[in-house]
Amino acid sequence: MFDGYTSSELMSIFAMQGFAGLSLFSVFVLMALGLAIIFGQMGVINMAHGEFMILGAYTTYLTSGFFQSYLPGLFSGYFFIAMVLAFFICAALGALVEWLMIRHLYHRPLDTLLATWGLSLIMQQAYRSIFGAREVGVDLPEWMMGAIPVTEMVDLPINGLFVMVIALSVAVGVYLLMYRSGYGKKVRAVVQNRPMAEAVGINSAGIDRATFALGCGIAGIAGAAFTMIGSTGPSSGQAYIVDTFLVVVFGGAQSLIGTIVSAFGISQAQSTMEFFLSGSMAKVLTLLVVIGILMIRPEGLMALKVRR
Amino acid sequence: MKHSSLMKWFVSREGLYYLALAFLLVVLLPLTLDSFRLNMVGKYLTYAFVAIGLVMCWGKAGILSLGQGVFFGLGGYCMAMFLKLEASTPEATAIQSTPGIPDFMDWNQLTELPWFWEPFHSFSFTLLAVVGVPVLLAFVIGVAMFTRRVGGVYFAIITQAIAAVLTILIIGQQGYTGGVNGITDLQTLMGWDIRTDEARNILYFICVGMLFLCLFAARLVQNRKLGRILVAMNAQEMRVRFSGYDVAAFKIFVFCLAAAFAGIGGALFTLLVGFMSPSFIGIVASIEMVIFCALGGRLSILGAVYGALLVNAAKSGFSESFPELWPFAMGALFIGVVLAFPDGLAGLYKSYVMPLEDKVFKRNKSKAVPVGTSQTAEKADDYSPMANTYSPEKS
Repeated sequence: MFDGYTSSELMSIFAMQGFAGLSLFSVFVLMALGLAIIFGQMGVINMAHGEFMILGAYTTYLTSGFFQSYLPGLFSGYFFIAMVLAFFICAALGALVEWLMIRHLYHRPLDTLLATWGLSLIMQQAYRSIFGAREVGVDLPEWMMGAIPVTEMVDLPINGLFVMVIALSVAVGVYLLMYRSGYGKKVRAVVQNRPMAEAVGINSAGIDRATFALGCGIAGIAGAAFTMIGSTGPSSGQAYIVDTFLVVVFGGAQSLIGTIVSAFGISQAQSTMEFFLSGSMAKVLTLLVVIGILMIRPEGLMALKVRR
Repeated sequence: MKHSSLMKWFVSREGLYYLALAFLLVVLLPLTLDSFRLNMVGKYLTYAFVAIGLVMCWGKAGILSLGQGVFFGLGGYCMAMFLKLEASTPEATAIQSTPGIPDFMDWNQLTELPWFWEPFHSFSFTLLAVVGVPVLLAFVIGVAMFTRRVGGVYFAIITQAIAAVLTILIIGQQGYTGGVNGITDLQTLMGWDIRTDEARNILYFICVGMLFLCLFAARLVQNRKLGRILVAMNAQEMRVRFSGYDVAAFKIFVFCLAAAFAGIGGALFTLLVGFMSPSFIGIVASIEMVIFCALGGRLSILGAVYGALLVNAAKSGFSESFPELWPFAMGALFIGVVLAFPDGLAGLYKSYVMPLEDKVFKRNKSKAVPVGTSQTAEKADDYSPMANTYSPEKS
């Protein structure tokens, strides 16, 4: 596969594809963080996570439309407002879903998977009815267009860079929330030993709802960021969901660092191989390698050490 | 089973349920539906094979596979490869630049048949492959996962990823697999034109026959000790392991069994529908198969058949008149079945219809036979301890 390239060419190819992989990495990190804290906390796989992300994307789309028509002067800053809106709308819907559906199913994780799949079908069709089947895109504010040349072969698009900054700041934010706040302490207590956490007075049901809402809110931010680098359609979320699940499972369910490392590994592997093979084969190979590693090491890259 | 006990089984309550299903599929539907509709019912029934497998695998043993479409598709593709080779004789494909290979290979500049297509010239090999290929894959996955004690949500996610991989692979390797269009334009099976109405009717009955074979096989498994170990494993895996059973081996067995059923269903699907494409394999198709089983009642193998029939009939009905409403209905079905009726139709039947039945049965019995004769003994036999606790079957 490397035949016919000189080593310097190979280096620039790797660099170029590596940078291209970084925007995929950002989307993976944003999607997977939300999924991972829900999965790590409650053992629940949220199949509708992609649809929550798309909800955030449509929120951004509507906000950008609103700013274009009514507040054109503030258009350059609309994205930040859209991101906050997306977070809160998705979190609110997430809390509602948790209250209506998920909390009845905690003892049956496989059933949650099916129920949230049902939810994802409904949400997808709702988007299709409201926004139409065609993909929509947002206009980028001017400062986000263009690229920074790094070397003569490698250009860094500003929007991709911006999305990466968002991804990393969200990751840092989640880390601070989980490891440096009272809420995070409670969450970790519930993860490690639920009955004991309840016994010392932690409201584990409340923690569950807050965590689910937080995960969905982060999905909303992911959606907002996603509009910066791609267009949004009713089923765009589904395109990413399998990869994201694998990112989470591969990283180790309860490890945020593991999630980020595995998102990085998977996105880079895919992006690098895409240059040498066809896109579909690159994806097949990446997924197969991940599945293979998971078969050898089912607990993922960085697992919390718990006795079972 | 001896002859007399076989007769007894047929007039027992469980036997009557099977007879009712047989009556519906063999007499009622063929008499009332035209050939086109009957063919569609046949298509729905091929999904029932998958659903029966899922009852064994998910309902009984608690292993949720979101990749059953993979096995369905492999069975279907094996059959489609045989039929395609038969349709691609050198005479029929004389206009191609390489006659004698399937048309899509010619379009993709292949000049000879790939090695893995070669054995599919033989019908007996194909029949073997229809079951063998899915079972082999299931065995490999099963050994890799279950011996390392991967289960639950992890297993579901990984099987889903496998479904995604296979779909991408088939679509990507257009020259070898027919790509996104699948393998189309299948005409004859051993010289027998499968596109005529008559042939399709015969295939429908073959499908029903195979379905009952699978039902009986599943019933055999569930009523033996084997079936009880599967259920026990679902409830208390550790205890079963500590009792000295090799849990992984049982899981591998039931996963392979489900794969075999799915493969048979897939092959019949190809025969009934006349083509096979990746859209029947992917993530969406695979997870829909779970709802067939869930709606019927995840513990009831007969319920699975009704579940597959009902969901697919509803899907066609909706898609004909209100295509945009179907995803809402499907989504609501997923949520409703899980939240409100975890035992599906079989559960509803058990709690609402069976009490009525009990009354009728008891009245007849008190008239006909005095208490304490052979019939009560037989009834006690019918209600195995497992049936009491887990309500399988009775629908």
